[in-house]
Amino acid sequence: MRLHLRSSLVIFCALLAVFVFSQPSLAADKDLKIGFVYVSPIGDGGWSYAHDIARQAMDKMPGISTSYVEAVPEGPDSERVMLQMARKKYDLIFATSFGYMDPMLKVANQFPNTIFMHCSGFKTAKNMGNYFGRIYQARYLTGMVAASMSTSKVIGYVAAFPIPEVIRGINAFTLGVQSVQPDASVRVVWTKTWYDPVKEKEAAKSLLDVGADVITQHQDSPGPQEAAQEKGVYSIGYNTDMAKFAPRAHLTAPVWNWLPYYEKIIAEVRAGSWAPRADWPGMAEGVVDIAPFGPMVPQEVQEKVLAKKAAIIAGSEKIFVGPLKDQSGTVRIAEGVVAPDSDLLSMNWLVQGVIGTTE
Amino acid sequence: MHGFLLRIAKRQEPSPLWRSALVLFGAVLVALGLSILLLALRGISPLEGCRVLIMGAFGSSWALQDCLLKAIPLFLCSLGVAIAFRLQIWNIGAEGQFALGAIGATWAALAFGAQPKFILLPLMILAACSAGGLWAMIPAIFRQWLGANEIIVTLMFNYIAILLLDFLVYGIWRDSSGFPMTPAFSKNAILGTIGTSDIHWGLVHCALLGLLCWLFFRSTRLGYEIKASGDNVQAARYAGMPYNFLVVLVMLLSGALAGWAGFLEVSASVHRLQPSIMVGYGFTAIVVAWLARLNPAGIALTSFLLAGLRAGVENLQLDLQIPAAFGAILEGLILMTVLAGGFFLSYRIVVRRQT
Repeated sequence: MRLHLRSSLVIFCALLAVFVFSQPSLAADKDLKIGFVYVSPIGDGGWSYAHDIARQAMDKMPGISTSYVEAVPEGPDSERVMLQMARKKYDLIFATSFGYMDPMLKVANQFPNTIFMHCSGFKTAKNMGNYFGRIYQARYLTGMVAASMSTSKVIGYVAAFPIPEVIRGINAFTLGVQSVQPDASVRVVWTKTWYDPVKEKEAAKSLLDVGADVITQHQDSPGPQEAAQEKGVYSIGYNTDMAKFAPRAHLTAPVWNWLPYYEKIIAEVRAGSWAPRADWPGMAEGVVDIAPFGPMVPQEVQEKVLAKKAAIIAGSEKIFVGPLKDQSGTVRIAEGVVAPDSDLLSMNWLVQGVIGTTE
Repeated sequence: MHGFLLRIAKRQEPSPLWRSALVLFGAVLVALGLSILLLALRGISPLEGCRVLIMGAFGSSWALQDCLLKAIPLFLCSLGVAIAFRLQIWNIGAEGQFALGAIGATWAALAFGAQPKFILLPLMILAACSAGGLWAMIPAIFRQWLGANEIIVTLMFNYIAILLLDFLVYGIWRDSSGFPMTPAFSKNAILGTIGTSDIHWGLVHCALLGLLCWLFFRSTRLGYEIKASGDNVQAARYAGMPYNFLVVLVMLLSGALAGWAGFLEVSASVHRLQPSIMVGYGFTAIVVAWLARLNPAGIALTSFLLAGLRAGVENLQLDLQIPAAFGAILEGLILMTVLAGGFFLSYRIVVRRQT
């Protein structure tokens, strides 16, 4: 009996020791299951592909397992996909399209122990943060490149939806264009879809028909790049270095590099220091950049753009600085004023020099 | 020389229900078998693939709830097109009628948002059904009095309806956030869930409407006239049936049901109007109606199975990282095998010994 008691005491102490000493290391290496919801197939070569490159890198990190569901329509279908992930005990869920915002908020309220991260929206909750990148900084730089390479002074812009994210990009791009060629115009065509390679290509062709000699885009596929290459004019890609899709036409592209940001979030979640907030990292944080220049971009243009890039990273160069007028000539940002983020996040007007509407 | 001769013979009577069920089941099995072959090519064990697919679709109470939710709009749209198909009127426009229903319901929700629930919800349903029904009536009128082909007109009306929806949410109904959607509905405009489940009361609407539809064709004079005219227009006209009226009526009912689905989508699922509600229920509905051979109970079952397939394929993606395109292939295979299976309902194969 005594022997029994003693041995059980020893076992108890040993277990206690194991428990106590393993606790910190358990916390540090907490296994995380991470899910991604994508709006287009990961093979799109663009937006979802850029996120998935980061996901694949995360998957190789110790203690991290990831999965994804692609081509999920925005709306009730996305709610079901996120529910499925939360029920399967995913710890962290990233949903990377604007239309996932409200469904994610609903699911987040039902699963308080799961952390939800929504890309490109504006709502947060106790367990839901949102994030996006200041891609407009890179858009400005690519606008400079486009203007330097255009002779017709008409630049075509294939754009998905007239929402602040896209409008902000068009405006930043146009300001970059105007910094090189003040009288150039940017013509916008809306496709009303994130991902439809055929429609994107057709939209680019319609811009080529009205005299555009550089094409840029805010879409999920390289369709517009292909249209430009077929016509023998230049193009500016988006999301990833699209040179491989149109090597003769590709000047550069605003590109995403999500890994540093996702690594930061993982570290915070593991450390228990994650808190809901709206993040908007930019070039300085390494989330946003421009792709390597194509060989046709002259050396002096490259140097000028890179100098500007350095100034943006240093914080000495802001993109939306007044005076800025909208299409009707009304001053929207007064002289000398740097537009606050709240204005940028709800931007619904186009700067002077853009040909197109916001409807 | 002795041998066997295969001969195809037309069946004399329509196939009984058990044979239809058997053919449907067999067709789905063949499609699943082909799909599993595809999975095997990607190095995925067929058993594991099947397990993940079926568990994701029907393997738990919440999976079943998800399927029911997804099946609701599909069922109503399909019930609608089936009514028109009974009269051999080819309504390809459920997608647009669904959009109009959503627009009608949204209009009522935004205009009378302060009204109590028991007034506002019926008002939204009324607005949705009227909008969807009237939208569908236009092609019917064009058909009967201008001789326009209803397939083309209803198809084209889809695009007009979707653009109208875009026009509204990008224009006068746009939320102050600047995004293409209306402001969220007031609490009174939201159809709640049943008890503690995730399923909204739309499921009960579906059951009642399905039952009404079945009764309509079974025991009303109009229902009979629609079936009779569908079988033979000339004979029905001789018998004095009001064919023009019937065409307009079926389109009205058809559009009203799709409109009702649009109401449920904005009121119970999304709580606002936004372009992303248009995910093709109106088109899938046509497939569902055919697979179910226009029978309301069959439509319910088929909607549920197709919804389950969608959820199951998502589960396949999540657990085994199979591309989304696989889901489209699987759906296509099932449609193809089921339609091909229809052959065995009208014909039989006779094996004869050759002497």
